[in-house]
Amino acid sequence: MTVDMSQFYQVFFDEAEELLAEKEKLLLAVDVSAPDSEDLNAIFRAAHSIKGGAATFGFTDITEVTHMLESLLDRIRKGEMALTAEHVDAFLAAKDILKMQMDGHRQGSSVDQDAVSSVCQRLHALSQDSAAHAGSAVQPAGQPEKRATGTASTPTQAASASRSFRIELPEVPQRDVDALAAELGLLGEISQSVLDNKRSVFTLATNEKLDDIIAICSFVLDPDDLKITEETASAVAQPEADTAPPAMPESEPGYGFFEPLKSEIEKKDTSATEQAAAMPQSAHQEAETAVSVEGKPFGRRAADKQPATQESSSIRVGIEKVDQLINLVGELVITQAMIEQRTGSLDPILHERLLNSVGQLTRNTRDLQEAVMSIRMMPMDYVFSRFPRMVRDLAAKLGKKVEFITRGAATELDKGLIERIVDPLTHLVRNSVDHGIEMPDARRAAGKDEAGKLILSAAHQGGNIVIEVSDDGAGLNRDRILAKAKQQGLPVSDTMPDAEVWQLIFAPGFSTAEAVTDVSGRGVGMDVVKRNIMAMGGTVEISSAKGYGSTMSISLPLTLAILDGMSVKVGEEVYILPLGYVIESLQPTPADVKEIAGQGQVVKVREDYLPLIPLHKIFAIEPRYTDPSQGIVVILESDGKKAALLVDALVGQQQVVVKNLESNFRKVAGISGATILGDGGVSLILDVAALLRSSRQLTAAPIFS
Amino acid sequence: MAKTILAVDDSGSLRQMVAFSLKAAGYQVIEAVDGQDGLDKAKKQTVDLVLTDQNMPRMDGLSLIKALRGMTSYQRVPILMLTTESGDDMKAQGKAAGANGWLVKPFDPQRLTEVVKKVIG
Repeated sequence: MTVDMSQFYQVFFDEAEELLAEKEKLLLAVDVSAPDSEDLNAIFRAAHSIKGGAATFGFTDITEVTHMLESLLDRIRKGEMALTAEHVDAFLAAKDILKMQMDGHRQGSSVDQDAVSSVCQRLHALSQDSAAHAGSAVQPAGQPEKRATGTASTPTQAASASRSFRIELPEVPQRDVDALAAELGLLGEISQSVLDNKRSVFTLATNEKLDDIIAICSFVLDPDDLKITEETASAVAQPEADTAPPAMPESEPGYGFFEPLKSEIEKKDTSATEQAAAMPQSAHQEAETAVSVEGKPFGRRAADKQPATQESSSIRVGIEKVDQLINLVGELVITQAMIEQRTGSLDPILHERLLNSVGQLTRNTRDLQEAVMSIRMMPMDYVFSRFPRMVRDLAAKLGKKVEFITRGAATELDKGLIERIVDPLTHLVRNSVDHGIEMPDARRAAGKDEAGKLILSAAHQGGNIVIEVSDDGAGLNRDRILAKAKQQGLPVSDTMPDAEVWQLIFAPGFSTAEAVTDVSGRGVGMDVVKRNIMAMGGTVEISSAKGYGSTMSISLPLTLAILDGMSVKVGEEVYILPLGYVIESLQPTPADVKEIAGQGQVVKVREDYLPLIPLHKIFAIEPRYTDPSQGIVVILESDGKKAALLVDALVGQQQVVVKNLESNFRKVAGISGATILGDGGVSLILDVAALLRSSRQLTAAPIFS
Repeated sequence: MAKTILAVDDSGSLRQMVAFSLKAAGYQVIEAVDGQDGLDKAKKQTVDLVLTDQNMPRMDGLSLIKALRGMTSYQRVPILMLTTESGDDMKAQGKAAGANGWLVKPFDPQRLTEVVKKVIG
């Protein structure tokens, strides 16, 4: 039977990724001077579990790195080696490497082999240092240090080498061959010969495991190019013969039974000594070869507690399945709306029972929809968990002290949004560390704690999630922003309210490369941040006080799949306006509508003149009314700017299921999506932000406000 | 009737691989995520073979084996350890606990089914 192992890869990757994240979290929290042994065990188990999986599924590169990591961690957790900050740094770097390797396997992204070998060397060096320093390392002076990539617990050097390997190298430069010979020479006795086609062959007599040999070779060349065979002729007497494989690992069965099966099943014997005595003699033939097994020296200890216990109460499902489910529920909602609409005209007395049932269907559908939508929800921790590391690294690089606090990590958000919020949030957090929080001496001079506080929080507010990045740093500098804005020719005045001044940092290109001040630096890519968040239907707000810090507050809808909309009619067409943009609707008097030469019309709403956007002109439809005083104008606001949209009539307010237009048709300017109405008709959802942007280009709106 | 195997491992990917391979070979498979879960599931239904990992949270493989051997219904059920611990020490411990044999990780589906066939046919 052949089984396609690749079908399990995804589960392995997911699992490994969880373990890596957990490992990083533990590493960041670990107190180097007094590490908690439970934590060390958990970190070890994470490396160990990944190694186990990687070995099973044949990801040798991951196996190699985790193997080194695991052996180091094993010694640390056993107290044979003290944990140092250097270790933590190297382990964190190794985590990044493993992530890269996994992405390489998964997405085919490129793997920086230099980085891999540099981390391997770092781990290697650490294990060597410790071999030299650790009190427990039995190592006569003057003898070469044992290459501690594998089991540190068998320090005997190859005086009576138990195994002999024949290592056939691919064609490599002579200096690599020499380097490898020197390295392998430390493992035992080595002899070298050259094949006719100029390839070198080593014969190595050693006690070390095959894995260790491969690990060492992999510093110099790709282990896949190696051909290693074990020469079985090694007749050297070996006291622990059954731990040293007499045969080639690949050909071994890798299993064994303590007693012949039949008798074992028939007879139950729990006497340990008797069994132990019986083992060598009565063991099944297979057992004999299997006892030795391949050179996997480490046991598969438990995976992390947390993911494991979570696993018992959760299942992994492909996101496509969930999306399909959501889609189907969306269709159901539409059908239900249709039924509701059609039964609406029935006589409530005659059809009482039918209408009751429809009412129940409506409730059930809504509950079902909510329940299904919640499947896609993920805790913000998914995003938050990546920041402690980033903040730590960044603060170290800048020489700052930052205390990083997260709140509301359990707050849930749609998976699609959560993935898109990562980049903007990264930007904001980085800006806070880089430009918000001051250097320790500046903070001390200002009478603040040396360590700046950076708080990342998430909370639900109505149908939105509000994510805040706040620091207790220097705050935004109003004067500098204004000066910079003037220099860039932005329309500003010295009397502008703070809120508007802060918004200036979102202007495209507001901050440029030559900007070195703490303030202008804040503008790096802020326009991109804002654009990304707007694209998710969200908003960004800034509050800041000089000397006390600043807070960036992002507000996002919980999901993109459902939208509260207002339907409006133009001619025979019905369009949906996302309710979040709608402020009010009114019918202007003829006197309130004014023509501006070459710039279209404006409407006077209370004290403001707002540009008028006739929807029928944008989509070239024949409307019922062209005169604003006969139709209805809907006042919309986006980006802090308002405009009046002229339509024929308001139809109503409803929740709509958003269907992507782009993936089903193509991108249409001014339209963000489509939906199916209760009557089965299709209605387009207007991209209000884009409409307002285009209107602003047409009319010089600021003049009138 | 298809024989039932209890597969205990805290690693989801390993468990999935084991379950898939054994199901493909015609066995019924019950999965458990750690020793405690394995014990709970073993109590509900007596199986024909137990495959257990050694190092798991909550309850490790050795404790599970000992607990199973303490139940009358499991005194004769074959138990195999799935382990990367190929050392004597671990095997002696497994034997003392009452395991019938071991299978070394990493293993491939072929080897797994081969071993299982040897034990329960």
